[in-house]
Amino acid sequence: MPDQLLFAMEVTLNGLMAGVLYALVALGFVLIYKASGIFNYAQGVMALFAAMTLVGIMDGQVPFSHLINAIFGTDVHHFGWHLPGLLAILLTMVVMAVLAWGVQQFVMRHLIGQEPIILFMATIGLAYFLEGVADLMWGSEIRKLDVGLPQGINETIDGVTYDMFGYGFFIDNLDIVATVIAALLVIALVIFSQYTKQGRAMRAVADDHQAALSVGISLNFIWVMVWSVAGFVALVAGIMWGTKSGVQFSLSLIALKALPVLMLGGFTSIPGAIVGGLIIGVGEKLFDFLFGPMLGGATENWFAYVLALLFLVFRPQGLFGDRIIERV
Amino acid sequence: MFYREAGDFKTSYLQDGQTFPIRFDRYRYYAVLAFGFLVVPFIINDYWANAILLPFLIYAIAAVGLNILTGYCGQVSLGTGGFMAVGAYACYKLMTAFPEVSMFIHVILAGGVTALVGVLFGLPSLRIKGFYLAVATLAAQFFLVWLFNRVPWFYNYSASGQISAPERDVFGIILTGPNAPAWATYLFCLIFLTLAGLIARNLTRGTVGRSWMAIRDMDIAAEIIGVNPLKAKMTAFAVSSFFVGISGALFFSIYLGAVEVGEAFGIQKSFLVLFMVIIGGLGSIFGSFAGAAFLVVLPVVLKLLGVDLLGWPTDIVAHFQLVIVGALIIVFLVLEPHGIAQLWRVVKEKLRLWPFPH
Repeated sequence: MPDQLLFAMEVTLNGLMAGVLYALVALGFVLIYKASGIFNYAQGVMALFAAMTLVGIMDGQVPFSHLINAIFGTDVHHFGWHLPGLLAILLTMVVMAVLAWGVQQFVMRHLIGQEPIILFMATIGLAYFLEGVADLMWGSEIRKLDVGLPQGINETIDGVTYDMFGYGFFIDNLDIVATVIAALLVIALVIFSQYTKQGRAMRAVADDHQAALSVGISLNFIWVMVWSVAGFVALVAGIMWGTKSGVQFSLSLIALKALPVLMLGGFTSIPGAIVGGLIIGVGEKLFDFLFGPMLGGATENWFAYVLALLFLVFRPQGLFGDRIIERV
Repeated sequence: MFYREAGDFKTSYLQDGQTFPIRFDRYRYYAVLAFGFLVVPFIINDYWANAILLPFLIYAIAAVGLNILTGYCGQVSLGTGGFMAVGAYACYKLMTAFPEVSMFIHVILAGGVTALVGVLFGLPSLRIKGFYLAVATLAAQFFLVWLFNRVPWFYNYSASGQISAPERDVFGIILTGPNAPAWATYLFCLIFLTLAGLIARNLTRGTVGRSWMAIRDMDIAAEIIGVNPLKAKMTAFAVSSFFVGISGALFFSIYLGAVEVGEAFGIQKSFLVLFMVIIGGLGSIFGSFAGAAFLVVLPVVLKLLGVDLLGWPTDIVAHFQLVIVGALIIVFLVLEPHGIAQLWRVVKEKLRLWPFPH
């Protein structure tokens, strides 16, 4: 096989893996959008916040230590413990649930019935707020996140492909793990929403708020739950991205990359988020591989958006989204 | 007591339709104009110009532009930073290609170029709506910034990839570069802001503005009663981008002097201008000014309070700024979705009855 084709295949595979990570972030968007009609811009910052909290808890960092030191002139920074990854993840989950409750209690509850675009802007405000709080709590330097996920080149795939084509594919172990975890997460979410009481209530709310209210479902509770689940998805995404490229501000920009994914897949479809993520992941990697050198490189910055833009002109509801029906 | 329409008789349609129907408002408006044009240039110094006045004037122009698109026509745009970059680079290319032409013409032409680009990226708005459109404008933002970063023609093949404004003048008064006097740069921006405000105000209450608002309130219904959505949306994009382009040109040539596109016109800038519009008030020209003033002054005040008064490290103050801006946006959306402009309106209603509220 010619080298170019092999390279292209490797790029495609890596694109698929990157796409899974996009899809993970997009998944959190879809969950909240389906249940409450809110387009949660803060999803990316939630991933950042979750990852930072996880690192902070694992290292036993004192929250707001910077601020406390500045106000009281003290010098506290660490509790002096190192927690195992799993326990820290559980604690972070609790934090994310509290955050979900806070968002519902102090923000979204007051905005019920507002136009979607107002809600969207409120979540942009929330994103700024959370980012500031995260920085105040844990400091803004780049940190390494290591919860014990395998990293580095996968020797098996390298060996097998070398035997087959005479060229070893470079595929990161972490990407494979991410793919498996994403698949498990989707399966878990499907089971949760199909077979549990809360999951059914969630789907009922997504279907029709008033009808759900009238059969005795507490909207407040469901929304807190949905935000918590989205927080959990954000945590998973945060762990993946954080392990891959360190916990830093650019993590929250992933949220912006998830937007074209959603536009391709449709805002209301979980499979759509996955497929959209894969298309964007493969598309931008392949495009950069084929045309990047011609155009001066770094086309990954805009390819996803332009692709989504062109796509939207022809199919505004996305691949799997509900048909948009407008009435006067 | 003084703030009422009693005794202020209107004897012609022209008087009846004026922007400030109350005499007090009218005089206040003239007083503010006179103060801005006749007093401030004599007392201005470099610190005031660079820390507060120039950013305020320039952002206010951008906010007026975005408010026309988002507040009046209902098309949310997250591409403001990209369009500002178009204005800046158009201005740069014009300044270096035609050094002898007046800056006024350069800046206006830069606005015109941006208007064309804006219309181009506004075309999808005919098919897609709401935050689908908001995301589509992100394509403009990222694509334009990438373009100016990667195509050397735009930055005249300079080694650093930056653009820096050469020294240019208007009627012999230096406007750009390090030697420009503060009062001249201030007056130059003020003239543009005044014109932008006047044009925007009069557009928004005329036929064009009404068709924008009809589209904003319900586009299908507007189409049925005979508003041409193509025309309305495209004019909104054109006028909005024109102002945003002018502000980008001023931001680069007058205020910063040298620009690295990703830093100066990144996505953060788009959000900043959007926040100005939200906090100031969607669909209000005064709101654009108020929002711009608020978000320009807030960091300065926070820095004075936090760093100079309390002695906190600068990074903590910067984080606090994020928290406060985020919280303010939420508070405004919850308590007063129409922003500072609505507060101002409420105050004015109260003033009309003061001091006898019954």
